[in-house]
Amino acid sequence: MANYSTNEFRSGLKVMLEGDPCSILDNEFVKPGKGQAFNRVKLRNLKTGRVWERTFKSGESLEGADVMDTDMEYLYNDGEFYHFMEPDTFEQHQADATIVGDAAQWLKEQDIATVTLYNGAPLAVAPPNFVELEIVETDPGLKGDTAQGGTKPAKLSTGAVVKVPLFLSEGEVVRVDTRTGEYQNRVKS
Amino acid sequence: MSDWQPTAALSALRARAALLATVRAFFNQRGVLEVDTPLLAAAPVTDPGIEAFSVRQVELYLQTSPEYAMKRLLAAGSGPIYQICKAFRQGESGRRHNPEFTMLEWYRPGFSLAELIAEVGELLCLVLGQRPVRSYRFAELFQREFNLDLFAVADDTLCTLAQQRHGIPAASLNRDEAINLLFSHDIEPGLGRGEYSVVHDFPASQAALAKRARDPSGHQVALRFEAFVDGMELANGYDELLDAEELKTRFESDLGTRRERKQVCPPMDDKLLDAMRHGLPACAGVALGFDRLLMLSLGASDLEEVLAFPVARA
Repeated sequence: MANYSTNEFRSGLKVMLEGDPCSILDNEFVKPGKGQAFNRVKLRNLKTGRVWERTFKSGESLEGADVMDTDMEYLYNDGEFYHFMEPDTFEQHQADATIVGDAAQWLKEQDIATVTLYNGAPLAVAPPNFVELEIVETDPGLKGDTAQGGTKPAKLSTGAVVKVPLFLSEGEVVRVDTRTGEYQNRVKS
Repeated sequence: MSDWQPTAALSALRARAALLATVRAFFNQRGVLEVDTPLLAAAPVTDPGIEAFSVRQVELYLQTSPEYAMKRLLAAGSGPIYQICKAFRQGESGRRHNPEFTMLEWYRPGFSLAELIAEVGELLCLVLGQRPVRSYRFAELFQREFNLDLFAVADDTLCTLAQQRHGIPAASLNRDEAINLLFSHDIEPGLGRGEYSVVHDFPASQAALAKRARDPSGHQVALRFEAFVDGMELANGYDELLDAEELKTRFESDLGTRRERKQVCPPMDDKLLDAMRHGLPACAGVALGFDRLLMLSLGASDLEEVLAFPVARA
């Protein structure tokens, strides 16, 4: 991989730091009135998800990380691994629960997820921003209670639990924002 | 796609024009003469921390500050002078930096550093509103922030502290780099809050073109100050070095550092040295970032908001 100098650090650039692939979030050039300039850099460790703050001398460089975000179709879970497929090449990849992490609760078969590949193997999985899922378990719907804006928990087909309006019933499909876990609207099926 | 458009709002460009008028009126009232020196210079700054752009076709450099040329005018008997001009520095790009920027620089023959600090304070109050001006010695701020005596502390202690706080390997830093890092990361953001903070008596190793002298406790310091507003460095002033031979020694030392670090080694400014041998009047001088002053007056957080076309759209 190429090396990148601090003045090439841009948000989204993937670099290696302490042996782990990281994504640059922010790069601030800091220069005292006289003397050496520095770059104060925020990076997300793509393995652990933790955000690091590191300062570099301006002009230092880091090795690029072989990291690629790829849209893939989620196929199925065999009990141990989650299987994904690249839609163009039909190449399949498997990822275990620690890699899929919280995304698991939103993954519906045949939906398109973003799989981050590091040296060709899955490193992280992000669900689509919005998913449409069926309610499989909730208290019975209360007709006519739409004005109050009250909510109740509902379990969805993928196992996620979200707060939904009181008038919804089991078997209905709802749209959810996976970034916040918030109910958006009912989907007419 | 829309890269042809200015990044600054038209209202910010109007504010820029108004600020230029305000600053010119400020100096006009005080009898300070506006001057205009070349942007293309035969000899750029030697400071290893500043890199000039070279213009190979004419073997000249885009100036990084009008300091050398303005000092030649002072030696020629100009009296008090100021200039608002473009300055250029390679590799300086960020929210508070653009490789091409506007600098306001002025020189006051016969002024002490305290008198010049007072004048900077008056300009800030005029442009940004009334606030108290408070002065701090550099070492005092270090003591307060880190509980360290800057004059006694070992290099290793400073470098290790920088590593602990900012994840930069201690072995990659020298003493001044560690001091600069700790100052700019841990002290600077807190300065200029509800006041105009002026830091003076810098480490003697960071004198640049300022005189060195003993502070009241007997320690060698640089007679330099920097002014800070809302956590941002805005101005850098000197009790100007007058001794041409001392200046030549500092030039040579800078060029030695440049050779060690395999940086470009530009020629020394012999015309400035000759002017100083002729005699630079005792004076204090200061450079102030005009674009940053405009940022502060508009509450902007990024230079883009006050520049028509930052370097990415040049």
